[in-house]
Amino acid sequence: MTPALPSTEERLALRRAQNYRRLVIGLRTGLAVVAIAAWEITVRIGWLDPFFFSQPSAIYQQLVTWLTEGTGQGPLWSELLVTMEETALGFLIGSVLGIVFGIALGRNKLAADVFSIYIKVANAIPRVVLGSIFIIMFGLGMGSKVALAVVMVFFVVFGNAFQGVREADRNMIANAYILGASARQVTTSVVLPSALSWILASLHVSFGFALVGAVVGEFLGARHGIGLLISTAQGTFNAAGVFAAMIVLAIVALGAEYLLTAVENKLLKWKPPQFVEMGM
Amino acid sequence: MSIPAIELNNVGRKFVSPQGKVTLALRDFSLNVKEGEFCAIVGPTGCGKSTTLGMITGLNPPSSGSVKVFGKPVTGIDPKIGFVFQADAVFPWKSVLDNVASGPIFRGLDPSAARDKAADWVRRVGLAGFEHHYPHQLSGGMRKRVALAQTFINEPAILLMDEPFSALDVQTRAMMQEELLGLWSERKASVVFVTHDIDEAITLADRVVVLTRGPGSVKSVYDIPLPRPRATEARYTPEFIELSRQIWADLKAEVSI
Repeated sequence: MTPALPSTEERLALRRAQNYRRLVIGLRTGLAVVAIAAWEITVRIGWLDPFFFSQPSAIYQQLVTWLTEGTGQGPLWSELLVTMEETALGFLIGSVLGIVFGIALGRNKLAADVFSIYIKVANAIPRVVLGSIFIIMFGLGMGSKVALAVVMVFFVVFGNAFQGVREADRNMIANAYILGASARQVTTSVVLPSALSWILASLHVSFGFALVGAVVGEFLGARHGIGLLISTAQGTFNAAGVFAAMIVLAIVALGAEYLLTAVENKLLKWKPPQFVEMGM
Repeated sequence: MSIPAIELNNVGRKFVSPQGKVTLALRDFSLNVKEGEFCAIVGPTGCGKSTTLGMITGLNPPSSGSVKVFGKPVTGIDPKIGFVFQADAVFPWKSVLDNVASGPIFRGLDPSAARDKAADWVRRVGLAGFEHHYPHQLSGGMRKRVALAQTFINEPAILLMDEPFSALDVQTRAMMQEELLGLWSERKASVVFVTHDIDEAITLADRVVVLTRGPGSVKSVYDIPLPRPRATEARYTPEFIELSRQIWADLKAEVSI
C-alpha cells in the first residue's frame, strides 16, 4: 500500500466537507447578527416598547454594570456561584438516587411492580409546587433549592435508568451467567454498561431541570442567587435585568452541556461512530 | 458403560403466557449424549430445539421429566457448560481481549492472569492483532470468533450451540465450521448443536437428531460415519449426499403443511 497521499477525489471530498462546515458557521453567525440587530432597530424606531421587550444594548449595559459594580445583592460571580452550587448538588444527588433506584427496580420485577404505581403518582405531581413545601421545611437557605433540584432530576434519571436496565439484551445477560457471572457481576458488568447510554442521555436533560429547580426555588424565597436577581428585576419592572440574568443562566447551561458531552464521548467510546452521509 | 454427559428423559416443557395460555414446546423428549460426542439437532421452526438447550443450561427448567448432566440432575447453571448464542452476545463495550477474558474474571481468576490466557485464545481463533478492537469494528465472522474464544477459554466439558452460524454468509459459515471442528477436536467436549442447516449438521456431528414439528419429540436419529478430521470438502462425497437426502426426506414431512 502506498502511504497516505490523498487522491484527488479524497481531497475534493475533504474540501467539500470543509466548505460545508464554513457555510454552517457563517449562516449561524449571520442569523444571530440579523436577529439581534432587528430587535435593537425595531425598539429604536418605536415598533417595540423597550419597557416590555428591553433591547440588546440595554441588556449589555446591565451585564456590564453587574460585572463591574455588582448586583444589588452582591457581586455577580458570588450570586452565580450560589445558584451553581445548588444546581450541581441537586444534579449530583438526584442523578445518583435516580441511577441507584432505577437499576434496583429494573433488576427486581416484584419491587418494580409494587413501586411503579407510586412513582407514576409522584411523577404526575407538578414538582415545582413542592418548592413551597421545601421552603417551609428547609428555610430560605440552600437546602430548599437543592431539594427542589433533586426531585426535578430524580424522576428523569430514574425513568431512563429503569428503561435502560429493562432494555439490556437478554442474550447478553444469559451469556454472562453461563460464562460464570454472579447476579451482582451481571448488574455491574452487563446491565450497568448497557443502561449507560440511556442514563447519559437523561443527564443532558436533567442538568437543565436541576437549574430550573434551583432558580424556581430562589424565586419562591431566597437571600442569594440568580433566581432572586430575576425576581428582583421583575419587581422593579427591569426587563433588561431579566434578560441579562437569562443570558447568564444560558451560558452556564451551555457550559454544562459541553462538559457532559465530553464525559459521554469518553464513556461511550465503544459505540460505533455515526457515519456522515454527504448529500450530493 | 460410562455415564452419558447429557441425559434428557421424557422431558416436556410448557410455556405459560401472562394471559394463562399454555403452549407445549416439547413432549416426551429423550436424548443421550456421550462424553466427547458431537450431536446435532435439526427440526422445523418452532419445534423446541432451542428449548432443549435452555433446559440443559438450567436457565429454563423442564416442566416434566428429568435432565441430568454427568449423572447429576441439573439445578442451576453448571460451570462445566459453555453456550454459543445465535445472536451476538459479546459485550459491545469491551475490547476483544476483555470479552474473551470475562469468563475467567467472572470465575474469580486474577484479571491480569485472565488477560494473558485470553490473549492466547484470541490468537488461537485467528484474531491476533485485533485484541484492542471493539466488537463493532469487526465483521460478523470475527465477532463469532470472539464468541467462540469467550466460550472455549472456560474449557467447557459440555458445549451447547444455538444456531451459532446462521447469521453468517455461506463462505464465512464454512470457515467457521472448520474452525469449530479444529477447536473441538483438541479437547472433545460433548456438543449439542442446534441448526436449521442439514449440511451443517452432517458436516459437524457424529449423530444427527431430527425433531418432529412442535410440540417436538425425536423423529429419527442418524449416525454420521464420515471420517474425521472432516473438511468442508466432505460434503461432496456420495455418503454425505445420501445422508443429506434421507434427513431432508424426514424433515420435509414435518415442515410441509
